Amino acid sequence: MDPAAPPAPAIAGAALAHDSARLHVTGEAAYTDDLPEPRGTLYAALGCSPVAHGRLRGVDLAAVRAAADVVDAIVAADLPCANDVGPIVDDDPILAAGVVQFAGQPVCAVLARSLPAARAAARLARYDIEPLPAILTIDAARQAESWVLPPAHLARGDAAAALRRAPHRRSGTFASGGQDHFYLEGQVSLALPQEDGGMLLHCSTQHPGEVQHRVAAALGVAEHRVTVVCRRMGGGFGGKETQMSQFACIAALFARRSGCAVKLRLDRDDDMTMTGKRHAFRYDYDVGFDDEGRILGLDLTLSSRCGFSADLSGPINDRAMFHADNCYWLPDVALHSYRCRTHTVSDTAFRGFGGPQGMFAIEAVIDEIARTLGRDPLDVRRANLYGTSERNVTPYGMTIEDNVAPQLIDRLEQSSDYRARRRAIAQWNRASPVLKRGIALTPVKFGISFTATHYNQAGALLHLYSDGSLTLNHGGTEMGQGLFTKVAQVVAQELGVSLVRIGVSASDTSKVPNASPTAASSGSDLNGMAAQDAARKLKRVLARFAADRHGVGADAVVFADDEIRIGAQRLPFAELARAAYRARVPLSATGFYATPKIDYDRRTLTGRPFYYFAYGAAVAEVVVDTLTGETRLLAVDILHDAGTSLNPAIDRGQVEGGFLQGYGWLTMEALWWNDDGVLRTHSPSTYKIPTAREWPPRFAVEFFDRPNREETIHRSKAVGEPPLMLALSAFHAIRDALAGASPGGAAPPLDAPATPEAILRAIGALGDDPLPLPVAPP
Amino acid sequence: MAEALRLLLNGEEVAVAGLSPQTTLLEYLRERRRLTGTKEGCAEGDCGACTVIVAEPADDGGLDWHPINACIRLLPTLDGKAVFTVESLRLPDGGLHPVQEALVREHGAQCGFCTPGFVMSLFGLYKRAVPPSRADAEVALSGNLCRCTGYRPILAAAQTMTMLAPPDGWRGPGADAAGGRQVSAEERALALRLRRLARAGDVTYRHGAQTCHAPATLEALARCVADHPDARLLAGGTDLALRVTKQQQPLGDLIHTGRVAELQAIRRDDGGCSIGAAASLERAFAALDVDWPELREIWERFASVPIRRAGTLGGNVANASPIGDSMPALIALGAQIELRRGAATRRLALEDFYLAHPRTALQPGEFLVRILVPARAAGTVLRAYKLSRRHDQDIAAVALALRLDLDGARIVRARIGCGGVAATPRRAVAAERALAGRDWNQAAAQAAMDAIGAEFAPITDHRATADYRRRALERLVWRFWLQTDPARRGDLPLRVQDVTA
Ligand SMILES: Cc1cc2nc3c(=O)[nH]c(=O)nc-3n(C[C@H](O)[C@H](O)[C@H](O)COP(=O)(O)OP(=O)(O)OC[C@H]3O[C@@H](n4cnc5c(N)ncnc54)[C@H](O)[C@@H]3O)c2cc1C
Ligand code: FES
Ligand code: FES
Repeated sequence: MDPAAPPAPAIAGAALAHDSARLHVTGEAAYTDDLPEPRGTLYAALGCSPVAHGRLRGVDLAAVRAAADVVDAIVAADLPCANDVGPIVDDDPILAAGVVQFAGQPVCAVLARSLPAARAAARLARYDIEPLPAILTIDAARQAESWVLPPAHLARGDAAAALRRAPHRRSGTFASGGQDHFYLEGQVSLALPQEDGGMLLHCSTQHPGEVQHRVAAALGVAEHRVTVVCRRMGGGFGGKETQMSQFACIAALFARRSGCAVKLRLDRDDDMTMTGKRHAFRYDYDVGFDDEGRILGLDLTLSSRCGFSADLSGPINDRAMFHADNCYWLPDVALHSYRCRTHTVSDTAFRGFGGPQGMFAIEAVIDEIARTLGRDPLDVRRANLYGTSERNVTPYGMTIEDNVAPQLIDRLEQSSDYRARRRAIAQWNRASPVLKRGIALTPVKFGISFTATHYNQAGALLHLYSDGSLTLNHGGTEMGQGLFTKVAQVVAQELGVSLVRIGVSASDTSKVPNASPTAASSGSDLNGMAAQDAARKLKRVLARFAADRHGVGADAVVFADDEIRIGAQRLPFAELARAAYRARVPLSATGFYATPKIDYDRRTLTGRPFYYFAYGAAVAEVVVDTLTGETRLLAVDILHDAGTSLNPAIDRGQVEGGFLQGYGWLTMEALWWNDDGVLRTHSPSTYKIPTAREWPPRFAVEFFDRPNREETIHRSKAVGEPPLMLALSAFHAIRDALAGASPGGAAPPLDAPATPEAILRAIGALGDDPLPLPVAPP
Repeated sequence: MAEALRLLLNGEEVAVAGLSPQTTLLEYLRERRRLTGTKEGCAEGDCGACTVIVAEPADDGGLDWHPINACIRLLPTLDGKAVFTVESLRLPDGGLHPVQEALVREHGAQCGFCTPGFVMSLFGLYKRAVPPSRADAEVALSGNLCRCTGYRPILAAAQTMTMLAPPDGWRGPGADAAGGRQVSAEERALALRLRRLARAGDVTYRHGAQTCHAPATLEALARCVADHPDARLLAGGTDLALRVTKQQQPLGDLIHTGRVAELQAIRRDDGGCSIGAAASLERAFAALDVDWPELREIWERFASVPIRRAGTLGGNVANASPIGDSMPALIALGAQIELRRGAATRRLALEDFYLAHPRTALQPGEFLVRILVPARAAGTVLRAYKLSRRHDQDIAAVALALRLDLDGARIVRARIGCGGVAATPRRAVAAERALAGRDWNQAAAQAAMDAIGAEFAPITDHRATADYRRRALERLVWRFWLQTDPARRGDLPLRVQDVTA
């Protein structure tokens, strides 16, 4: 290397803008519904069950078929294929057959010349349904022992004995609600029939490979006949990991039947009614602890509402169990998981994938311990943290090698001035009879890797053109998380070229086969490594070519600043590309990566399911109105562990966005079904996600800048999901405020979401026998 | 005379014909003009992905710029107006507008689907205030949802966009450094073109069997309504359009009230305030704010900026929703409404307008002309509250407005309006009775609480349980007492909004 040249600024690790930033702000970024439609495109819409559970005796489509502009209408019997899109278990019909299992389940599909015509006609279907008793709640399902998958249990030591021996013991029940993804772009597929039985689909999906496999099965063709493309999604959050399959299959089947391009785009109400959400959970705990609040024994039952089918509920509930420890050592523990089958929409992946619910449970238990002992919850959290050389094995038997939680909490406690603020709040509360403030610090430890071990692989494809520009493709999908930008940064870094040389291209099943879903926060870990592998291969070929020409060894060739250097000689990268092409050097490379070290036994729920853990912690401060239950988030301090960040600007976006999304889940996003099991919160007029006002007036967001101890891409850490759970700090700040309002400092049980109503219920102000008003004027 | 609608779309004059009058602007932009930068996220005015700017000539020769939701804006209401979409914002040299540039610099987009809507809302703000505070930005963005970013970078962009070099022409800021209005020559030219586009007289737009009448005068409107008693009145359409986008309902014939100058008029005199039925919510609230600043909380939390610009007070009143926000406050103020049928007009106390949901006292062929709010009396104590899960752009679980006319400590008269606790907006008669004639003190507050809790039998639905509604109503009476207690400690914060971080 030329010793005089300053080191090239690293591209990997730079806070660069999202690769589509300019397209986003100008409106040029194209989403599936924006693509030009081929001549004669037809539009599909779905008709759905009005009841939650019933025997489906028949569907009368006469009025549908007679409606203006209708081209075709189908029910399950018209499907030429197995009526299933279940990702793991074969229990997810494309169209309901024989029985309807939730109110809103698609029963028929209509094809028309315009979208309004299709939607209007879909409303005209008449269903002959004999209603059956519906199980709508977790409690009802538990009672009926109604499961989508068998219950699972995980134990270490003897929790019962530890509980008996413990000096203190508490038990109780609490709950957290579901959450709609509310990606701004709803589910959409555009199916374009191809020659020889093939099908090309543009689909908003986190898992093009799954769509390809499902559509091939539905059409009865080999997978190579089906190509699925996705340039970008308008948000996914887990809601497009499996949920798109059903709609993509219907679009493809209609396209096959009509020979025309077919678009199926759900409107917001259909989207929220027909697609799964975050699982609601009920938690029952029995905990024994010592005077310091250290947990000695824990028996914890996690019961989730899975809806009518299994979908991803197995791994989601597994992950909930794997995160019921969060950062805490649980010596004697018994975890029980009930996967309840209910006559509601089948719940699915959502950022955190069960992890948030597991953490919700243990954080609530710890908070309860602190309230019981009259200690600062932070001290109790600290007393229970995993050790580094002992007390460091999870209930599922994985030794934690990278525990940074204690240092991270230390730093945040200092930087947020937690102790002084807690004192100030106590003082403020004494003088404020109506409004109460609260503060809490909660940590996060989140396991990174798919628990489905075979998903932990990725492929990439890199082409170099003769003008020195490159096209990068990999199996990951772009849903706003900045994956394409980060992976391009990795490649640019490897080849010493500037980012503008690298064209990122749509995810495409014909370029990288069998790609895993972009999920489990794994996108840049997996695809970054695969792309780096491809870039290294290409670089090796180019280096050898250049070295041979100059009669030096390949390691004498340096790639930097859009050129190569061999001693004092320089060659622009574009010229290298042209020369290599003319010399008939192959300028395309594939890359591959499989996550090492993971080894996990699904049957026993033990082993090393995770390659590493990502950590973080947050301090939140809130104010609560004890008269009305209204709350407001006043401040948040976040310290998050993204390893050595690949792109701090993008990672910060994940942290902030994840936090506020979690805040929505825990405070305002309430799903509500009526007594007949009909979801009444199916659009933003009734389902409220946070607005700009909810971002707190005071905030500090920082990274715990430390390289990942595992050999991940540039020693970074996955950052997609973990920040969502930082919002537990806000939930516990609300509990802290409620403790400030209760005479003895005990916090009443509080369910999530902590809506004004839930808060009033917690402080006992609802019901026929309300508590006396907590305030009297001085 | 039936004719094509004429408007300026991104500066270019377009004629719209051959489309149903219930076509939304969003459908027109995306399906007919292939302007796909404007997105559909909800089709009900609640997410802001479809935000575009509508501009109308202002009195000072420039334009009045305001964001609206294209998804629930019906085409006939845009005749003679200018519409700007995100595609128009780029500078002539291809560069980014400061609003766009600031969003890029602050990393304000992730998936980007919400972004064009935010760009247009921010552009609306760019035209108003220089430089916006965080509070200004929150208000301007109250109708835009982003699921990815957590909003921090978007709020930052709102505050930094005015620090970038301003562009020339209509894209430039609407205010100078001192906050004074600034109108470019290009903007003046646009305003002039719009004035030329404007038509005198009635406009009738027809497609197939469906007609939209847009009379130009009150007389013509009265005639039109009388002649077409089955036609629906269309003001801003922020309620009506949902029937199209959510239920695929044919609306039948329409009569648009937006061109009737008399219905836009707002007059204040010693007798009080008269607000034309078609005055926008924003203008109506501004007028009421002069005498009744205590109501600001309700107005600020009423929907979002674009809805308050598009929607009308008359539409809110006439729509007769049990959870409409303006009615409890107007009832507490003792508002009357003026109805007209043919040449005959009559007045009603607002509370008497609501019979049993959804029935009102409105007769076929009759329409709402204006809302009359009496002047403020000395000794009036007033507060209004709205409880909902979210502060901005949410529908009330419970709304309550309380007004006492005091003579010293004695309550001469009490008027209490309630929403969300019955099938129609209601007066809390029993609670008023419990208060009238006694001194305003804690015992009186307690009596009013007891009365109001017993007075209504609210329902349980997706917004709240009956229990919560009843208890919250009582407890809001208590808050009212705490806030208006003559012996109140001044520094005691009583609303979460009043607490600083
Ligand atoms: C996203 C969103 C948020 C909203 N938030 C709120 C909120 O926070 N609080 C709230 O109260 N409302 C809210 N609304 C409802 C709506 O915006 C208001 O009711 C608005 O005032 C309606 O006015 P408009 O001009 O749009 O009415 P339109 O939709 O044009 O008309 C509404 C009804 O009134 C009738 N009508 C209109 N003018 C007359 C007249 N002169 N005489 C007789 N009948 C007439 C129409 O025929 C129609 O039946 C919201 C709506 C949306 C879409
Ligand atoms: S599409 Fe959501 S506001 Fe218009
Ligand atoms: S960037 Fe995705 S919704 Fe805002």
